[in-house]
Amino acid sequence: MIDFALHNAWLIPLLPAIAFLLIFLVFRPLPKVSAFIGITAIFLSFVLAVHVGIGVIQAGDQFVEHPLKQVVTWFEMSGLKIEMGVQIDPTSAMMLFMVSLVALMVNIYSLGYMHGDQAFSRFYAFLALFAMSMLGLVIAPNLLQMFVFWELVGLCSYLLIGFWWHKYSAREAAKKAFITTRTGDFGLLLGILLLQINFGTLDLMTLGEMIPNFQEYTNLSVGGLTAIAAILFLGPIGKSGQFPLHVWLPDAMEGPTPVSALIHAATMVVAGVYLVGRSLILFQTVPGAMAFVAFMGGFTALFAATIAITQTEMKKILAYSTVSQLGYMMLALGAGSLTGGMFHLFTHAFFKSLMFLGAGSVLHAMNNDADIWKYGGLKKKMPITYWTFLIGCLAIAGIFPFAGFFSKDEILLVVKEASHGAQFAGLYTLLFWMATITAALTAFYMFRMFFICFHGEPRDKSFHPHEAPFSMAFPLVVLSIFSIFGGFIGAPWVEHGFGYYVRLGEYHHPSVDWAIIIVSTILALGSIFLAYWIYGKKAVSHEALAQKFAPLYKISFNKYYIDEIYLWLIHNVLDGLGRALWWFDITVVDGIINGIGNAAKILGSILRRVQTGKLQHYALVLFAGVVILVLIMSFADTSSASLSLLGGVR
Amino acid sequence: MIGLEHFLILSGTLFCIGLFGALAKRNAIAILMGLELMLNAVNINLVAFARYVTTGILTGHVFAIFVIAVAAAEVAVGLALIVAIYRDRISVNVDDFDWLKW
Amino acid sequence: MNFMFWLIAIITLGSALMMVMNKNIFHSALFMVVTFLGVAAVYLMLYADFMAAVQVLVYAGAITIFIVFGIMLTQRGNMKETNLFSNHAALAGIVSLALVVINAVMVVSTNWPKTGAEPPQETVGSIAELMLTKYVVPFEVAAILLLVALIGAVIIAKEVKKTS
Repeated sequence: MIDFALHNAWLIPLLPAIAFLLIFLVFRPLPKVSAFIGITAIFLSFVLAVHVGIGVIQAGDQFVEHPLKQVVTWFEMSGLKIEMGVQIDPTSAMMLFMVSLVALMVNIYSLGYMHGDQAFSRFYAFLALFAMSMLGLVIAPNLLQMFVFWELVGLCSYLLIGFWWHKYSAREAAKKAFITTRTGDFGLLLGILLLQINFGTLDLMTLGEMIPNFQEYTNLSVGGLTAIAAILFLGPIGKSGQFPLHVWLPDAMEGPTPVSALIHAATMVVAGVYLVGRSLILFQTVPGAMAFVAFMGGFTALFAATIAITQTEMKKILAYSTVSQLGYMMLALGAGSLTGGMFHLFTHAFFKSLMFLGAGSVLHAMNNDADIWKYGGLKKKMPITYWTFLIGCLAIAGIFPFAGFFSKDEILLVVKEASHGAQFAGLYTLLFWMATITAALTAFYMFRMFFICFHGEPRDKSFHPHEAPFSMAFPLVVLSIFSIFGGFIGAPWVEHGFGYYVRLGEYHHPSVDWAIIIVSTILALGSIFLAYWIYGKKAVSHEALAQKFAPLYKISFNKYYIDEIYLWLIHNVLDGLGRALWWFDITVVDGIINGIGNAAKILGSILRRVQTGKLQHYALVLFAGVVILVLIMSFADTSSASLSLLGGVR
Repeated sequence: MIGLEHFLILSGTLFCIGLFGALAKRNAIAILMGLELMLNAVNINLVAFARYVTTGILTGHVFAIFVIAVAAAEVAVGLALIVAIYRDRISVNVDDFDWLKW
Repeated sequence: MNFMFWLIAIITLGSALMMVMNKNIFHSALFMVVTFLGVAAVYLMLYADFMAAVQVLVYAGAITIFIVFGIMLTQRGNMKETNLFSNHAALAGIVSLALVVINAVMVVSTNWPKTGAEPPQETVGSIAELMLTKYVVPFEVAAILLLVALIGAVIIAKEVKKTS
């Protein structure tokens, strides 16, 4: 079975694809059957992914350097060979496991959450399509295949954000998400093209061998390669919601909550991180690009965390938290650690989708009223949601022994190591402190939300919350188990842990830095206590605090006015430019075209007088033409043609 | 001695006179008459070649007869057309027949 | 022989010119008959007795009658000034004249492959043989063509009944 799974990994994305076609073409009128097909397909994929994972672990580190690759030629022409296929190595196996598990959980959860929705079958069809695209992206052996599936997940994201298309805000959010990520994808496509032009291949393994010695294969300078890496990085900036293209992710919460959990927390948004991880050699070869990635990640992490502390909607807070955590992953990659980025990606997927599903459960209970200030005292009404949500919050805050503790400390560790490196030491030191502050802020805003929602007295008595049904509670429990124990696979005392399999370069046994552990734990606990002090115990009025720090509060609450700045830019600069170009098009371009047309028309109105309509004129011109031709041939040219005309056989 | 060339020049000149008539006259019937002259010139050509170039083989005569048959048909149809147009327009002046115009 | 040729040529071409130049359409038709007869004489000089007979019968007879009928049907009253030149007559004359010259130069400067043999004295039998063996299909087609032209001419010339 393991062998079968390893050599038939292409089945993993194919099964959801079949499910999608079946649901969409055949079983659309039958919601129950559709859900059954969707869940069965993703369950089979999950089983296969588990076996792939076992196979990869059993093989030791054999697949790290030599991935199991199966490809077919998609098309071929001189100078261009594009392949389609499957690349199995520990990184992709980890992603396969994570994506299929979360997708399975979300599929089950949706049974309860989407119950009674008019477009129940369509929802499952889109979920299956998304699972197909994401799994196809994960196993892609070359950048072009990755790009194709990258766009497919973008499409699914668009379809699912706008799933309730009758809502104006959902439609707008879907368009915003699509257009914003497309902006980044443009850079990604450019980067892929530049790589193809310069290296003649898009195969990840071949590129991995060529890029470190790029001066042998191309005449690129270091600056040129840095530019390519930076352009390529635009794609991840858009997809993974990094500053300044993060604006779509909070709005994407207009989609159904399971979608937010699956696409906008656990899987699609980490595609950018995954892409950077896959092409990390490219970034590692040029330290400038590396520093760029690290800075974008670190800045985004802190930036989004400061926004999250003042938001008043559960899903918005979680969305900014996601942006922040994605920045964390980017920071780890930028510090040169594939292990750190991927490990946090892995653990984050579980506790963040857990929290999203928990938020969905709360929203479900509160009739989709999003304002957290109306909640309160949900602890007694929804115990399962309460406890699983608490696990999620502890995990993201980085409290031992929850999953986030290990991955977050790993990231802090690698950034600290990078700050002792040869290049950009100052920048990495700054980023280390930013990351540490972010960790504290994360714990604070998470527990702020937690205390407001679940503790105290119910603020609005008009709601009658109830515990989630089994289909929704089950995924919460499963994901909370992973949130508790998921971190142990990368714990420092495990001999061949996460870092042994998912790595780039030599294996370093994870070291233990007690300073980081103690500082981050103290900061997290202190933040939790602060949150409890303000929002749980209400020792200090949060309104008074907001008054006291009014300017800061306003900036944070209004998300640094990024959306407004974009709007202003689009309204003034882009529209102005558009008007200028429109004027140019109307007057100059159209003027030239119309001028040519009018010239032809005027010329025609003169020339049409030649057409007298009288046959005699035509015949006269015909014979006059004969005469003129004969004259031309006999006098202008003395070659053979004229001789034969003026005398035939002489 | 009268030879082939004389007949060819005769027929060519006759052809050009007919052409002139066809090109320069206003009356549609006069144009038709010019056309008849041109056909006759062609026939002279055919018969002259049969006499001097392919002596003894009378294919040229046969062709000339076919030309005469076609010419007869042409005159019949052409005159019918002229009569029809005349009935409509009360004119045989080709200057009035400019329906091919834009 | 020489004298006869020049006489016939002058009569033929002269009457042709008269036909073209005349301003009375009926006189033009009469000159046309003379031209046709001149052509028949040319045929005789070329030892084409059957052709000459056909020329007299068909052209000088039938086609002339046709033309005269056409004139009678279309022209009314005074026959003067019925056959005028159009505005571009001068240009047409130049073109025609140029073609005469070109034709003459070409004919003279060409080396014709003449046999020099004596022509057969009697042609009707040979023509009949060719017509009814080698060219029997074109012969029949010509017959059909004449029939079609006959019917077509009748239909075209027939008065169109005003139907509501």
